[in-house]
Amino acid sequence: MLLDVRNVIRMRIFFLAGTGSLALAGAAMVHSAQSPAQASGAPAVTSPQVGASAQVAPPFGAQTQRSGLNIVVLDPAHGGTDPGARGTGGIRESEIVLDLATQVRRALELAGFQVVLTRQGNENPSFDDRSATANAQRGAVFVTLHISSTGLPGTVRVYVNSDLAAVMEANGLIPWDRAQAPFLGLSKKFGDLVQGMLVQRFKGSPDAAQTAAVRQIRTTAAPAIAVEISSIVVEDRAELDRMGPGVADAIARGAAAFKPSYVVANVPGTLP
Amino acid sequence: MVIAGLIFVVLGAAIYFPILRRRVKRAARLQQQSEEQARRELAQPITVNPGDPRVKTKLYWASDAIDSTLVPVTVELPLANDPVLRSKQVLNTLLAGPVDVELRTLPPDAVLLAFYLLPDGTGIADFSEALATSVPSGIASEQMAVDSIARTLEANVPQVRRLKILIHGQEVETLAGHLDLTGTFVVATKPAAVPVKPAVAAASTEKAPTTAPVAAPAKLTPEKAPGKLAQPDRKP
Ligand SMILES: [Zn+2]
Repeated sequence: MLLDVRNVIRMRIFFLAGTGSLALAGAAMVHSAQSPAQASGAPAVTSPQVGASAQVAPPFGAQTQRSGLNIVVLDPAHGGTDPGARGTGGIRESEIVLDLATQVRRALELAGFQVVLTRQGNENPSFDDRSATANAQRGAVFVTLHISSTGLPGTVRVYVNSDLAAVMEANGLIPWDRAQAPFLGLSKKFGDLVQGMLVQRFKGSPDAAQTAAVRQIRTTAAPAIAVEISSIVVEDRAELDRMGPGVADAIARGAAAFKPSYVVANVPGTLP
Repeated sequence: MVIAGLIFVVLGAAIYFPILRRRVKRAARLQQQSEEQARRELAQPITVNPGDPRVKTKLYWASDAIDSTLVPVTVELPLANDPVLRSKQVLNTLLAGPVDVELRTLPPDAVLLAFYLLPDGTGIADFSEALATSVPSGIASEQMAVDSIARTLEANVPQVRRLKILIHGQEVETLAGHLDLTGTFVVATKPAAVPVKPAVAAASTEKAPTTAPVAAPAKLTPEKAPGKLAQPDRKP
């Protein structure tokens, strides 16, 4: 028996929130307005391909000009039938991160950001649905929130994706499955800034963002980080709840510090 | 600070080794009675052939000194030269776990069902569902599990260049909700010292001379370098 795992083609259905469009695609594409090599550029948002031909208009008109980082897409991970990490006394990661997201949202809004949540209640959107929420925004960063099962309690780790070979088709489209690839550098910068804020508040946390193959981030076409709090194995939930304000503040400050790095050229040709 | 910690660990291991060894023997006896063990032996008729030369084998388990990092533990094991057999031997030893169960990276009920090596150096490790259902859910814990497998193969089987993890013969999206298993992980960061034999894919496993289940590690020597993070390798 010989297994060929290299040529697996996955047929998926994508729903792009910003466009209201439905696409059936072997490899959905994310459209990038300017070259991803221009690392500071934000992408013009996604148009999924149907087969090889159909194009869907970007959610914002081409003439719409938004510059810089305005939006933070917050992803309270898990939910619905997926409780995530489970602790003693029945505490669930899915519930804690939803409450945490409310606090982070408040801190971000005070810092002047618009916040979009990938879920409002106890439901479980797919990884692709959550990425689509981010990919439909322009000028956004993505933060997925988690509670770990392990690790030193009272610490927080930021993760960015490991290297993904950046691939862009000749037509300027980036495969959905590798949507994060052009943003790895920006994600690392954002992650290091947030981790730097966290270590000041939570001693024993790392100084810099870690890398990991986080599935949620891979399909996200924006600077994207995962924030994982240690851990669900606490005596009672109050220990995690006490960390909420510090985590929220660190993310808001990290996003504000990252803002100058996120420069968008709206008009073609205006980039240096 | 880190060095002091490591010295402490080394001394601790030396002092407590006889006690731990007794504990391991007791645990091993208990384990043999379990149904899981029976399944393991069914799935893995080959573990260690005592006739093979004993070589220093590095197994990556959790560090007890540094939070959420891996540390190699060196044990002497009789290992086969054949890369597929050798991969099975080291992964089964990794699954059997360290003497301190707190430092496990993989769930005790997980079983390696099969291991294949493609001609391009991609090792395909097929684990039972317990690997996915029993590993603690989380980025840190799932990363530790995958890394321990990748780093252990890297240290002991130079023919394995990349790692693909299957669960019960299937590709799965994530290990336990976080770590992406749709791609392959880079195992070898150095050029291959030993050329990969062509057509070793899916070598048959079921020829067992005098085999014995993997014994408890004979010697425990924590080393300095913490484990590196596995980098997924996505190529078109
Ligand atoms: Zn989680």
